[in-house]
Amino acid sequence: MCGNEALAEAAIIAGCDAYFGYPITPQNEITAYMSKRMSEEGRVFVQSESELAAINMVYGAAATGKRAMTSSSSPGISLMQEGISYLAGAELPAVVVNVMRGGPGLGNIAPSQGDYFQATRGGGHGDYRTIVLGPSSVQELVDCMPLAFDLADQYRMTVLILADGILGQMMEPIVLQKKPRRKLPAKDWALTGAKNREQNIVRSLWLQEGVLEQLNYKLQAKYRQVQKNEIICEQYAVEDAEIVVVAYGIAARIVRGAVAKARQEGIRAGWIRPVTLWPFPSEQIGKAADEFRMFLVVEMSCGQMVEDVKLAIAGKTPVLFYGRPGGGVPTVDEILDKIRQLTMPAKR
Amino acid sequence: MIQVKTVFKRTPSLKNCPTHYCPGCGHGIAHRLIAETIDELGIRDRTIGIAPVGCAVLAYNYLDVDMVEVAHGRAPAVATGMKRTNPDKIVFSYQGDGDLAAIGTAEIIHAAHRAEQITVIFINNAVFGMTGGQMAPTTVLGQVTATTQQGRDARSQGYPLQICELLAVLPGAIYVERCALSSVARIRQAKKAVKHAFELQATGTAGLALVELLSPCPTYWHTTPAKAMEWIETEMTKVFPLGCLKNVTRTP
Repeated sequence: MCGNEALAEAAIIAGCDAYFGYPITPQNEITAYMSKRMSEEGRVFVQSESELAAINMVYGAAATGKRAMTSSSSPGISLMQEGISYLAGAELPAVVVNVMRGGPGLGNIAPSQGDYFQATRGGGHGDYRTIVLGPSSVQELVDCMPLAFDLADQYRMTVLILADGILGQMMEPIVLQKKPRRKLPAKDWALTGAKNREQNIVRSLWLQEGVLEQLNYKLQAKYRQVQKNEIICEQYAVEDAEIVVVAYGIAARIVRGAVAKARQEGIRAGWIRPVTLWPFPSEQIGKAADEFRMFLVVEMSCGQMVEDVKLAIAGKTPVLFYGRPGGGVPTVDEILDKIRQLTMPAKR
Repeated sequence: MIQVKTVFKRTPSLKNCPTHYCPGCGHGIAHRLIAETIDELGIRDRTIGIAPVGCAVLAYNYLDVDMVEVAHGRAPAVATGMKRTNPDKIVFSYQGDGDLAAIGTAEIIHAAHRAEQITVIFINNAVFGMTGGQMAPTTVLGQVTATTQQGRDARSQGYPLQICELLAVLPGAIYVERCALSSVARIRQAKKAVKHAFELQATGTAGLALVELLSPCPTYWHTTPAKAMEWIETEMTKVFPLGCLKNVTRTP
């Protein structure tokens, strides 16, 4: 099973009621797998006419209280931004998977991490946030599906899974397990037909003066709860490190290899891997910078998450960057060389 | 002694509240036809409506059913997501000509093409209302709007778009009828069409049912309510002929 198929099966196990999608490489295995499995399960699969339609089909199913998801790759996710903004305004839960490819424009179909800004800053209009998960293995991709659906339902938000072409195509042994679900609030807001109750309205237009301002404060309060409760971050050998490499997703996987090799060479290297990209583990990274050590951020882009790392460190220690954009994938040795270069002068 | 007999009253699914629509606007009539239909078919407790972007975005203030507000033009996609996951519910979208015939053309054509089992009420008033009377795809030739100040000229602004004729050729569209809200007789015919479009869905007929309603917008036609009704009869029906273009009964 490749990553794309594995995450699709994990979504089915997580109780996904409906999948809507439009073909785009490198995530086509998700759509194909869902077309077969969702009908086997008696659930909903629709191949939409566009990503615009797909995200709005998700919006429709979510408005009725169903667990709905879509998946795409970078250019398709750009098209979905309108819908994601409406989902935020209407406070509807949804799961969106972005198997990132090289950009900008049509770009290429090679793996990339160029959509970090779009994912964490919100590519759509308005003051809103989406929860962003950055898995770095097929197992983690599988594990974050039930988490994504639970987070979406708990906070009535869009949860974006930021994968990339490698994770989508890679084959790794996985364990599919039915994890215990979070205790979730009842969806009494859902549109189910006004039977023995008042009409329910799902909306994002608030024209009366001050109403939208208050709604925004309410959304921000919710986002602060997410920041307080849901940050996931891994770290390794940071305590005595002279250099800490920060990376997420598949880049973190490569960094892990480079840091292990550096340690063998006697370089005191460590790594930090944000798993939730929003909420971002600013506190953990900031704390690691309380003692003077160098930070190297590695991304498959020209430098996007590095801005969040710099904000977290707030000038306390130097933050350097190494990245490969447009489908370029750094090797372990490339990153090891960079670590050597940065730590060598200090040794002399 | 005078005997008082009620001969006409508000139908329960229509809320008792003041309207925000302009004098002479057709939305109020169209809302009533939908509310009457819902009550006559007894489907209020399983109906979900979709409000468009445009003057009728606040349709949920008048129609007392579960309703959702959606992005401009995307109602047929949202309806697809709703109906596919809730086949027992009655899902309808209410869309204007900017919403359905301009920005949402892809969504309506593909919902019909997929034979989605939804009901679409398409309000054609030949103009963008809420944004200030700009040209719609359905603006007739010569019509003066905020963005066709010399009158719509086919050479630079194209021809009025006939949605019913476009959709009727698709096998997935099972019922397509164009009516007008310009006289009592026309409104009665429109009611029959709206009711049929809901009945098809309620009885589980597979496919999309669409009723286009030629509707007055005196404000942006720069005329009086009475003259707006006349203009539908004399001008609009020439470009948008009334009648049933398609009525196929097909079981799923």
